[in-house]
Amino acid sequence: MHKTLRTRRIALLATAATASLLLSACGGGSASGSDVKAFTLTINDDNHIVQQELTTLGKGSCASQNKALPLKIQTLPIGNVDQKVQLLAGQNALPVQFAAGGTPQLTKTLDKAGQVLDLEKTLKDLGVWDDLQPAAVKTVENLYGKFNVMPYQFNIEGIWYNKKLFADHGIAVPTTYDQLVAAAAKLKGAGVTAFSADGKEGWPLTRLISGYIYRELGPDALQAVADGKAKLTDPAYVKAAQAIADLGKAGYFGKGVGSIDYDTAAQQFLTGKAAMYYMGSWALGDFNDPAKNKIGADNVGFMPFPAVAGGKGSADQIPANVGLPVAVSAKSYNAKVGDWLSCISKNYGAASLKDQGTVSGFKPGGDTGTLPPLTQTVQDTISKTKTSTLWFEALFNTKATETSQTNAAPLVNGSLSAKDFMQKIQADLDNG
Amino acid sequence: MRSVLGDRRAIAVLLGPALLVYTLVMLVPMGWSLGYTFFKGNVIEGFTFGGLGNFDKLWHDPQAHSALWFTFKYAIAVSAGQVLCGYLLALLYVFVLRKSSAVVRTLVFFPVILPTVAVALMFQKLFAVAPQNGLANVALEGLGLHHGDWFAGAGGSFVVLVVMDVWRSMGFYGVLIFAGLLDIPDETLESARMDGATGWRLIRHIVLPLSAPVLLSSVVFSINGTLKVFDSVLALTNGGPGSDTTPLTLYMFRTAFSYGDYGYGSTIASLLTVVCLGVTLIVFRFSRRDLTKG
Repeated sequence: MHKTLRTRRIALLATAATASLLLSACGGGSASGSDVKAFTLTINDDNHIVQQELTTLGKGSCASQNKALPLKIQTLPIGNVDQKVQLLAGQNALPVQFAAGGTPQLTKTLDKAGQVLDLEKTLKDLGVWDDLQPAAVKTVENLYGKFNVMPYQFNIEGIWYNKKLFADHGIAVPTTYDQLVAAAAKLKGAGVTAFSADGKEGWPLTRLISGYIYRELGPDALQAVADGKAKLTDPAYVKAAQAIADLGKAGYFGKGVGSIDYDTAAQQFLTGKAAMYYMGSWALGDFNDPAKNKIGADNVGFMPFPAVAGGKGSADQIPANVGLPVAVSAKSYNAKVGDWLSCISKNYGAASLKDQGTVSGFKPGGDTGTLPPLTQTVQDTISKTKTSTLWFEALFNTKATETSQTNAAPLVNGSLSAKDFMQKIQADLDNG
Repeated sequence: MRSVLGDRRAIAVLLGPALLVYTLVMLVPMGWSLGYTFFKGNVIEGFTFGGLGNFDKLWHDPQAHSALWFTFKYAIAVSAGQVLCGYLLALLYVFVLRKSSAVVRTLVFFPVILPTVAVALMFQKLFAVAPQNGLANVALEGLGLHHGDWFAGAGGSFVVLVVMDVWRSMGFYGVLIFAGLLDIPDETLESARMDGATGWRLIRHIVLPLSAPVLLSSVVFSINGTLKVFDSVLALTNGGPGSDTTPLTLYMFRTAFSYGDYGYGSTIASLLTVVCLGVTLIVFRFSRRDLTKG
């Protein structure tokens, strides 16, 4: 009897110890504004522009803010950023700033849970709201429903082309999709890869699909899918995927598009091996860099995705995005963070143009230096754009986004039909 | 000794700490994960009870079905390749190279210690068609065989994956089975030879039955390892093209951590557990038969 009692006592003790350990493990670290020690930023490692520019500001215009709350950057591969943010959010331990991730969906969810700082209110309170480009504010609102990310980048997207290759083969800049296809055929006939595309990541391919959809069905076409008013499996949408699949079938993307990554695709265009390259204006940094751009910046032209005959959209509706937006944690906001945000809002626009040659969502208030002509073209296009569109996956959930991007290469190399491609994505949208 | 082990207090003291650690690091997370299978939601918004909803979803999810099918296909192909190549290597070491096998053994074993990611990158380049033709393609084209882009379709990707994993691990199975073959007494082989058994007959009637136990261990090792394949797929094809080479493990990881659906991710994990358990039971059932009498 004595022995059993003792065993029981030990068992009880063990249970209690286990329970207490578990409970303490669950507590997690909750950050609050008062104990923020650094102006932390978690961002994907392939985005150098934001990191470099914030570091530069920390040494220059925002040196005093940096002294009060030092900037600390943590980089991760892009696929891991969302995971890390989700896990940290679950523990109330988000860094002060974090990349808003692959889809706006995650930021919306975080916002619902009270984790994301309302930047419209904050920046208005700080008196720096007027330092933002209205077009960027509009794009963020389109994406997130409200203004809650820092627009460190503001990009337009379209087709960049090699002027010399076009001239050599007697090709005029296409204004309709049929002309684009004809140009591609002519280039292929001459042994030039028509389009260089990063099929490994897939998104540069799916953006061609959304380009076609917007031209054919108008700028609200993908919002209609998000609202459930249309389905990607509707014939008009499948037709867009088919159009891009046909480009692949004709061999316009070159060999092995599924194995070509971002850098290789850029290199193909910048060494003159490919004539066209669908990309966002964040690539200006590469275009303006003579070490990378072997064809010369003067040789690069920009055209919007051309109009589709009989379509409801037009070529002046340009896809715009805020690149890799960065959200601010609501739980770690304090006066020092506010100082940083207001310094960034005042200085980032000009500094980003001057140092990186890229356009941001902040007004360039100060000295921007002399802009390279290509950057100037982009600036002008942005100021002229009245209606902007979003990219293909902008309103999708995470799973549908991944399905779309991983199946883009099979779509263009013919192992997946256009109908099945759209069907797969629609299934993920329906289940999300 | 008997008196010590007969004392419950002693048992508790001896086993207690280990049991506690085991419970904390193994059983609790497993129970936790099993609990998640009944919940919907994510870490950010919190969880709500979903009953058997996740299991129902799993039953009707075509992606889960194709992941399960791929897992089996991969496990069978790679296990067969690993054990067969390992066995042939072991025979080579024991009967052909004999005492001088050390160098070859080391060379063949070398890929086992290479990081999977490095091996995968190497195979990506070997079988690449763009930006330039890989060595494997050049060699095949030299033989007059044109395959095109290996990673463009499910079949090609699967072949490269299997070739890579067999190459990577056959050295390990070679050494494992080699150790088993060394246990066969020389006298037995000698007397069999005197009875006129040579070549294939010697292997079929003497070597194979006597090495059956180590062969079975290799199969168990191999199947359990390959059912849980993750790193080589992630590094070589990332589950693609599309989701054509996505095994259950990768699908589970994506569901739980990329899509933030812990409940459904745990449900897929439980399917994987059931599969592993089932396969292990089948293998052990076979192992109870005395193979020397087969």
